[in-house]
Amino acid sequence: MTAITATSAPARLRIGVSRRQWVGLLYVLPAVALVTVFFVIPLGMTAWMSLHNWPLMGEHAFIGLDNYFAILRDTRFWNALKFTFYYTVIVTIAIFAVAFPLAIFIEKPRPLTNLYRTAFFMPAVVGFASASLLWSWLLNVDSGLFSPAAYDLGLTERKVNLLATFQPAFWSIIAMVVWKVAGFTMIILMTGLQSIPQDLQEAAVIDGAGPFARFRAITLPLMRRTLALALILSVAGSILAFDQFYIILRGGPRNQTLTAVYWIFNQSFVSFKLGYGAALSMVLLVILVALSLIQLWLLRKPEGLD
Amino acid sequence: MAEAMSQNRKVGFSLARHSTGIIASVLFLAPIVWTVLSTFKPAQEARQPPLPPWPTTGFSIENYQTLNSFGDGLWVSAQNSIYVSVMTVLLSVLVSVLAGYGFSRFRFPLRDFFFVLILSTIMIPFQSILTPIFLVLTKLGLHNTLTGLVCVYVTLQLPFSIFMMRNAFDAVPREIEEAARMDGANNVTMLIKVMLPLVWPGVVTIALFAFLGAWNEFLAALVLMTDQSKFTLPVMMTALQSGRFGAIDWGAVQAGVTVMMVPCLILFLALQRFYIRGLMAGAVK
Repeated sequence: MTAITATSAPARLRIGVSRRQWVGLLYVLPAVALVTVFFVIPLGMTAWMSLHNWPLMGEHAFIGLDNYFAILRDTRFWNALKFTFYYTVIVTIAIFAVAFPLAIFIEKPRPLTNLYRTAFFMPAVVGFASASLLWSWLLNVDSGLFSPAAYDLGLTERKVNLLATFQPAFWSIIAMVVWKVAGFTMIILMTGLQSIPQDLQEAAVIDGAGPFARFRAITLPLMRRTLALALILSVAGSILAFDQFYIILRGGPRNQTLTAVYWIFNQSFVSFKLGYGAALSMVLLVILVALSLIQLWLLRKPEGLD
Repeated sequence: MAEAMSQNRKVGFSLARHSTGIIASVLFLAPIVWTVLSTFKPAQEARQPPLPPWPTTGFSIENYQTLNSFGDGLWVSAQNSIYVSVMTVLLSVLVSVLAGYGFSRFRFPLRDFFFVLILSTIMIPFQSILTPIFLVLTKLGLHNTLTGLVCVYVTLQLPFSIFMMRNAFDAVPREIEEAARMDGANNVTMLIKVMLPLVWPGVVTIALFAFLGAWNEFLAALVLMTDQSKFTLPVMMTALQSGRFGAIDWGAVQAGVTVMMVPCLILFLALQRFYIRGLMAGAVK
């Protein structure tokens, strides 16, 4: 105490200032506490549990890397992962094929553009669970819309159950996800399009560049960061897909549409193999973190520019 | 002559543009409109394919009335969903405003470490840590409680909302604060009286995202809420749609989906400006 009073005036001021700065810690404390308890600790526990045989009831036993060796032999997990990647590639292409033209369509402020933009975006604010429930009805063979409508129009000889075989079931999910997500991707792509300086496009027009040449030489390169962001959001979201496959297909037909998260859910919360589920989660986690690192690399600012 | 041609082309272009816009809008809105219209059919008619979508044998709210007869009733789930969403909004706004202010205006040890720690949680899928979250909640006595679910949802919102709030506070000029400090305002009154009105748009944005996130979340609610009286709407409706309460009543499913969709659509239409703002902030970073 005396030491503080004995210090010269500027030093005392500095201590006062730094003490006032410490208050900041109090402001961020609730957030740090929540993230620690509900994120950092569970994350560490996942790694720890993955080294254990951990049933819901009873003692858990340390088994080293045995869970990971079991994963190597778990063909159903690899099938789920393979299906997840297949779904991710197809749905991402489909989303971009719809969202990019829409983004170009609504980019410039013209009459009614705002109205169209809102309409395209509406399904994006509906939850995945609601959208899945809605489409599970539309896709239902007896009470739904698509099969009976196709039958009534004479397109099919009988009512076809779209969810009974893999191909129609898979493409139905793709259609539903594109309907739900395209508006979201569209808005992100639109921000990229709008950030391209108008005079650049005009200069290219004067130089005689056609629309395709302009798109390739100006639009695409200048949208690199936005494209990368939209791409990563779509890829990450699709790898973690669960709701639509659980609600509409229950993983069927014949377990062909089990995704990675679905398989982890089954192992952890249906079979209650918590340790094994944790090891599977670690695999998923590594894939997603690798994806995030690729994202950071793709989104880096071009060198020499800021 | 040439002028008339270009006039024609303009009209043609505009016609093509609006027909494209209208067709695409119809495609995007049709499933929603189709469902909402179908809910007003009598139960008998709702079992038939929705052709046409509007009620043909009389207007009825039977489908909404039957919703309450499944399990503990839809009203219980709706209350749970409302409670969870509202609490998530309140808590995540409170925690993020405090943290955003702290990160923006103070320099304390480990500040950058904590900021990066919170933001980096966005890289890790929460789906992969659900089991330990389940165990942590059990340890804390929050197992199978709506409060536990709220804690998880708030934590999931934090990276986005703290990032938003820190940027919002960063945008407030220091001079305003210094002037208020001269007038004798302390940290807390400064935050509430001076800063909050200036970062208000950011608060609305994070509140909107928190509400939509909590209202629509499915997997965590499915895993963490094991007691039917604690089900949120998506979990309850999925149980109903899976035939857990006997033959699937599609009329009731449509009514339930409508109850789940309408708050999101209304909030979005009312606060669209803030929603797009949040998306932009996410996209620009």
